[in-house]
Amino acid sequence: MKAASFLMTGTAMALAMTPALAQEMSTDMTIVSWGGAYQNSQNEAYVKPYLEMNPDVSVTWDESSNEAVAKLRAMNEAGNITWDLVDVVASDAIRLCDEGLALEYNPDQLLVPGDDGTPASEDFGDLIVSDCFIPQIVYSTTAAYRPDLLPEGAPAPTSICAMFDLETYPGKRTLERRPINNMEWALYCDGVAKDEIYDVLGTPEGQDRALAKLDTIKDEVVWWSAAAEPPQLLADGEIVMGSSYNGRWFSAIEEQDQPFEMLWDMQVFDLDGWIIPAGLEPAALNRVVDFVRFATDTQRLADQAAYISYGPARASSAPLVGEHAELGIAMGPHMPTDPANSENTLLYNYTFWADYRDDIDAKFQSWLVQ
Amino acid sequence: MADAIDTNTGTTRADRRAEAADTGPVLASDGTPLKASLRRALRAQKLRALMLVAPLLVFILVTFVAPIADMLFRSVENQIVSQTLPRTTAELQGWESDSGDLPSEDTYRALLTDLTLAVAANTHTRLGSRLNYEQSGMSSIFRQTGRNIDDVAAPYLDNFEALDPRWVEPGTLAALMTDPDYFAAARAWREENPVGPFGGGATYDQPIRLNPGIGELLPSAAAIFRDWAEYVRVENSAVVGDEEPWSLFYLRLYQDLLNVSEADLGAYDGPQSDLLLETKRMLDQFQPVSIRDRFIEVDAGWGNPDIWATIKVYSPSYTSGYFLNAVDMQLNAEGVSMQPEDERIYGILFKRTMFMSLMITGSCILLGYPIAWLLANLPMRTANLLMILVLLPFWTSLLVRTSAWKVMLQQQGVINDILVWLGVVGDESRLIMINNQFGTIVAMTHILLPFMILPLYSVMQTIPPSYLRAAKSLGATPFTAFWRVYFPQSVPGIGAGSILVFILAIGYYITPEIVGGTSGTFISNRIAYHISSSLNWGLAAALGSILLGAVLILYWAYDRIVGIDNVKLGG
Repeated sequence: MKAASFLMTGTAMALAMTPALAQEMSTDMTIVSWGGAYQNSQNEAYVKPYLEMNPDVSVTWDESSNEAVAKLRAMNEAGNITWDLVDVVASDAIRLCDEGLALEYNPDQLLVPGDDGTPASEDFGDLIVSDCFIPQIVYSTTAAYRPDLLPEGAPAPTSICAMFDLETYPGKRTLERRPINNMEWALYCDGVAKDEIYDVLGTPEGQDRALAKLDTIKDEVVWWSAAAEPPQLLADGEIVMGSSYNGRWFSAIEEQDQPFEMLWDMQVFDLDGWIIPAGLEPAALNRVVDFVRFATDTQRLADQAAYISYGPARASSAPLVGEHAELGIAMGPHMPTDPANSENTLLYNYTFWADYRDDIDAKFQSWLVQ
Repeated sequence: MADAIDTNTGTTRADRRAEAADTGPVLASDGTPLKASLRRALRAQKLRALMLVAPLLVFILVTFVAPIADMLFRSVENQIVSQTLPRTTAELQGWESDSGDLPSEDTYRALLTDLTLAVAANTHTRLGSRLNYEQSGMSSIFRQTGRNIDDVAAPYLDNFEALDPRWVEPGTLAALMTDPDYFAAARAWREENPVGPFGGGATYDQPIRLNPGIGELLPSAAAIFRDWAEYVRVENSAVVGDEEPWSLFYLRLYQDLLNVSEADLGAYDGPQSDLLLETKRMLDQFQPVSIRDRFIEVDAGWGNPDIWATIKVYSPSYTSGYFLNAVDMQLNAEGVSMQPEDERIYGILFKRTMFMSLMITGSCILLGYPIAWLLANLPMRTANLLMILVLLPFWTSLLVRTSAWKVMLQQQGVINDILVWLGVVGDESRLIMINNQFGTIVAMTHILLPFMILPLYSVMQTIPPSYLRAAKSLGATPFTAFWRVYFPQSVPGIGAGSILVFILAIGYYITPEIVGGTSGTFISNRIAYHISSSLNWGLAAALGSILLGAVLILYWAYDRIVGIDNVKLGG
């Protein structure tokens, strides 16, 4: 434990100095994000307000989050870090942290306490899945279907296992072209208890079992690699049901009036958040820290939910979630974390997939091409 | 260069003339032999030619050849293991991985040192992800062990504390190990620079100086103390006397105390020498524990000989492992073997990439040839209009074109709708034309077609139409005239177009990713996955090298069969 806490103080030192050296802040910041509606929500909820408070600061967006890990590694090897703050999913944050490319931080020193006074480490709680990861939102990979495409008389699906039930729900479905989430669902629908899924999936027999279950629907699956594909496929009637991110379903249903229904059962929670690249100049680091303290406070994270249906990572933000900025509908019921939606959920198992991803991915891809 | 060759021939001719005259070497006007004089003139010329191309050459070397070479080099590079675990890999040389036993206690101690230093430098998790490519679970073993590395030797610290509580006072240790002047100066500096509210603060700028004499008395403990003191000074802004050292230090101290004789200890009179002597006398009360057991307690993985076998196999600085993985083989303790059947993927993908690229090239020839012929033979105005039609898609975004094919080919898409409307297929049996090989071939043929048409067109333009007319007037049927007279002259265009299309197709990535489904993806999709997602750059480099090698071999074969001189990109 000692070594780890040493490291902690080491990094914390760099971060804790910020208030004292507030004058030494760079005036431009390159923020890396995903583009699209998500980046827009960040821009509206905290980048614009921050720029209003600091008129001398300018922000450049780089829509590279998809390749952030590879690019950051390349920048690090070239010795020239041009990014100041990077938005990544939690599994990438863990990878970047493992590679020493992201800065470790101490939550209670870097981040402000919640509005109710809860220290940041408790307010974010378990969502700080890596020493480098500053959580922003909770999103989920979940299923949706088109009631009008179901066969007559078929009951509305209530379980993720409808995905594997070709008799009741014939037709094509879409799943992501990777093992993560699909293997879990396959085992769950093959009768494995939820808390034993990863024990089973860690064994070669369990992996074969999951693939065998997926094999039963293989001919009927269209595999997607970009999250925009499932709503398009469902809207065109190419499929009857599929998995995608809940925010994508939300915008198809509420913003584009598509006749989809959400199937929240066994939605897999995942996290998205910031990492600060290792090796920033002190002035740049000070600016980033100043921004991150602002952008991750209770109100700002709650504000973001007005633009996109992803749940704020702070517990203290949940009561502040209001209405959609343009549609004026209450956002609460569209959050993956809403009690009505989260009766049966799974949390992305980061440690498991960090260990088994390469192995299971090889098996999965090999299974796909055969 | 043409001049140079001419002059060169001149040289040999002059030589021959000189030999024929048989009057010794021909001399130039300044008296030097003509041969040498000419060579000097030529050298200057060659140098000047080289200087002219030098900027481009350097540019290509720096921006193209060097980065590619650097990237490809990663396919064999493997220094990370021996650099992160130097002592452990050295110890492992003497361990037989097929013995079924765990490595010696010394190996585990070496691992403790390596990992303690690696955790300080924050490189242990990087090594974990590297080894995880070879064996699942490595990543969390290293992360978990790194988190608890200081617990491994903690019993030694506890033992020392039980013998004498003074051992865990940072001040006592610092006084024992560091040079008294340095210690005093460091403590005085600390008084002036108190630790801030969050820890940290300014960094003391004097590197550690050890107590003279302590290095000979307690060599291994002194070495680790120095490493630790430098680490906390630079990374934590701490100075000696602020913090307790790593528990590894206590293990080293115990070993040193076992080895040192009481007489040597008695003769030593540095600070805290009495504490050392007292402890040495009580050493029989010490309860040493096995570091191996401690490691296994921290993470059960360390009790698995397979984990050690993997570390040993991958300890050399260069490895064939990535290349073996790239051809569905693996390197492990038993040697080289095939991957399990259900994990083989790259062989299939390489074959598929080749096959589909050939298919695409073939369909480009079939579709492009008539269009190019039309372009070359129509009146200028019509031809120009057609040319714009060829170029228009060329100027449209690749993604737009690929997505358009999706709309066209999908089951509820335009083509299927028309077929159903015409009654050619039933509503229930709509054709599956996308997310498979067919969709990929269609979309990529469309995208790569201009690369076939343009070289074909420029070659066909140079074939005079009168040749065909002449052949016909000499009695050839239209087919014979085309096949015997026209076609052979257009082969250079086919060659150029085929090379372009094939080489572009073999490395294509975006289109197969979008419309390829599972049966239409290429090897490049896996390379992209390993570059941007799994971060297994070594494997990506190996796959890339193989792909590059395959293209070069095909190019060579093409040169042998068709002849590269037969390729024409323009008139």
